[in-house]
Amino acid sequence: MMSGERFQQDAPYLTELRRDMLRFASLQLRDEQLAEDVVQEALMAVLAGEKNFSGRSAMKTWVYAILRNKIVDAIRSRSRTVNVSALSQEDESLDQAFEALFKPNAHWQPGSQPRAWGDPEAALHQERFWAVFDACLKHLPENAARVFMMREFLEFETDEVCAELKITISNCHVILHRARNGLRQCLEKTWFGAGEQAC
Amino acid sequence: MLKCKEVTHLLSESQDRKLTLAERLQLKMHLAMCEGCTRYRQQLDFIRRACRAFAGGEDGPDHSA
Repeated sequence: MMSGERFQQDAPYLTELRRDMLRFASLQLRDEQLAEDVVQEALMAVLAGEKNFSGRSAMKTWVYAILRNKIVDAIRSRSRTVNVSALSQEDESLDQAFEALFKPNAHWQPGSQPRAWGDPEAALHQERFWAVFDACLKHLPENAARVFMMREFLEFETDEVCAELKITISNCHVILHRARNGLRQCLEKTWFGAGEQAC
Repeated sequence: MLKCKEVTHLLSESQDRKLTLAERLQLKMHLAMCEGCTRYRQQLDFIRRACRAFAGGEDGPDHSA
């Protein structure tokens, strides 16, 4: 068993962990200072705590659970001032890129069919993939990214996302679809682009 | 018969709500015949796994291993 205090002595590991947490938090908050603050608070809670962990992975799960809560709090206190249903120019251009994938009869354009991504699981172990993933997430329009990350990173149920952000469930589905497709097209273009073309 | 564009919406929604029986049957029929939409589904599934990993899961960006 390892205590928070033991982890404190593992400086290289903590540095890596802190960097990943910062990346996670700043993507969602889009505010570097706020991200620094929530990561600091989450790490302090772990390092100061009496709780024992069976290893790094258990500690990581725990610290991310705390980090999630801190991010949720930050989003809640801010969501009153954000209008998520407003359609930005970036949203519109993402929608146009989606529409361009289809023929007028709403089936795939021959050249735009989703490609085979080979063995995508292998990408999860590659450092460079995460840099691309990160860049694609940053590339999403702000509102789409916010809804998507609440759903996928913070694992809110869809109706909770709607309630928090005061949007209708159907709008929520539209936004999530926009974000997923945007991310998919970005990954296909920048990471899986070399994959074989669908026939 | 569902069109590919509608299928992409249903596939996304299937990650957020339980589809109706009718929707599931139509989707199944479409996917059996459409390679593009089948790949679309695999890609959305992969994106969800990547997000879970990114959010502090086992795989994720982690250099300690």
